[in-house]
Amino acid sequence: MPETTFLDATELVLNMGPQHPSTHGVLRVVLKLDGEKVLGTDCVIGYLHRGLEKVAENRTWVQFNPYVDRLDYVAAVSNSLAYCLAVEKLLNVEAPPRAQAVRVILTELNRIGSHLLWLGTHALDIGAITPVFYCFREREESIKILEKYCGARLTTHAFRIGGLPAEPYDGFQKDVLAFCEMFLPKVDEYEELLTNNRIWIGRLQNVGVLTAGECKEYGVTGPMLRAAGVKWDIRKALPYSGYDKYDFEIPTRTNGDTYDRYLVRIQEMRQSARIARQAAESLPDGPIMAKVSKVVKPPVGEAYVSIEAPKGELGFYVVSDGSAQPYRVRVRPPSFVNLQALDRMVRGALIADVVAVIGTLDIVLGEVDR
Amino acid sequence: MMPALLKKILLGDLWEGLRVTFRNQNPKYIYTEQYPSQRPVVPERYRGAPRLRTDPATGKTLCNGCGACALACPEDLIVVGSERNPETKKKELVTYTFDLSRCMFCGLCQEACPTDAIVLTQGFELAMYSREGQIWDRQRLEEGLKPTVYKC
Repeated sequence: MPETTFLDATELVLNMGPQHPSTHGVLRVVLKLDGEKVLGTDCVIGYLHRGLEKVAENRTWVQFNPYVDRLDYVAAVSNSLAYCLAVEKLLNVEAPPRAQAVRVILTELNRIGSHLLWLGTHALDIGAITPVFYCFREREESIKILEKYCGARLTTHAFRIGGLPAEPYDGFQKDVLAFCEMFLPKVDEYEELLTNNRIWIGRLQNVGVLTAGECKEYGVTGPMLRAAGVKWDIRKALPYSGYDKYDFEIPTRTNGDTYDRYLVRIQEMRQSARIARQAAESLPDGPIMAKVSKVVKPPVGEAYVSIEAPKGELGFYVVSDGSAQPYRVRVRPPSFVNLQALDRMVRGALIADVVAVIGTLDIVLGEVDR
Repeated sequence: MMPALLKKILLGDLWEGLRVTFRNQNPKYIYTEQYPSQRPVVPERYRGAPRLRTDPATGKTLCNGCGACALACPEDLIVVGSERNPETKKKELVTYTFDLSRCMFCGLCQEACPTDAIVLTQGFELAMYSREGQIWDRQRLEEGLKPTVYKC
């Protein structure tokens, strides 16, 4: 191989991350560049690996519950819901209707919070500084309800196997309804700021296009799949926790580019507020816990439950050997799977588009690395 | 076609966004908290600094030394030392340590407690100068967290 000099070097390898502000955590992307054009990428993950799946094997079923909040820490409630549903399936119990309704409310509020954080940071990556302040202002309101109910803001430990840890506090319904009332005009405000903005459109349209076929090949789920035109939402397709009782739509778009994903997520926030309002209005009375013994010992067997987390399909595959500790807990995180499509989306694009695409993937590294 | 073009030339889309910005200039939309002088009120259920409750009338601890909290703790950070009283033949609490540096405030200990002795209180100012300071003994836990007073 002839010795290469600086002058005939046409390919440049550049490390983006692990400490890059727009990689949303500790993701390292090795970029192969020709000038400013991206020839290929290589994601290096694992900087946040904590071995959570192994941790599960050394904890009891109940004790592992707070750990799942640390997967996708901006939507901890969804993780807790998926884990609890999986263990409940093993135990063959179902949470009572009141618990299910409260679960739906909290999950939807958390989805709004997660999407707001995404919108704020994504806009920040693109260069729009203002939306992040407005997004965090409203996110604070949704977090306040979670905090009042669960006692924590982010790592909520919101649900227990079989139901809820506590009755909703006095005025819970009123708070949720007030939030939904307040929130919808605010979404219009974000849209006013961004949707027609020429810089926003210029930076996002036809960037990181992923067609429906490619999405299916990569196993991409969530808003990214819906932006490509596939009407797939687990809340509708495989209803859990009483989602079939609520009236909502699945927003879809057709182009599958970054701009469409933005519009889909904006619409999803509206739908989430709609679901939360319906659930709060029709909150049934009754017990909040199903009959589950204090030491959870599921019978020998395995179960897989997937739910629609804010980022896509979040699945928990749990195996029990009949003891109080899980034999195996496997997480199917949406961020991890969606990240695989990064290379396909940015190949041939410019380096500035990589930032936009990582933003639109809506990844959380806690979930990617586990 | 024409109004759209005119709107584009006159930067209509940008003014639309700026309108939102100016609408939010109103001083009543200030959300900054003046932290040390103005403490936030955390909700009742907030899981913060742990406390080992004592009976307010007698000053005796409510803990019966059963160790359910230590068993429930996922991080295994509670150590309960108890002794059997030779007179009453009952278990009595001697030592109790709570390692806050490893605590993730999940609240499983307070749920497991049969006498509601260990509780996670609303105290949230848990910064310490040393790692050893995070390991609270029985006396510290019974006193609870005292809010820091700043000279303003």
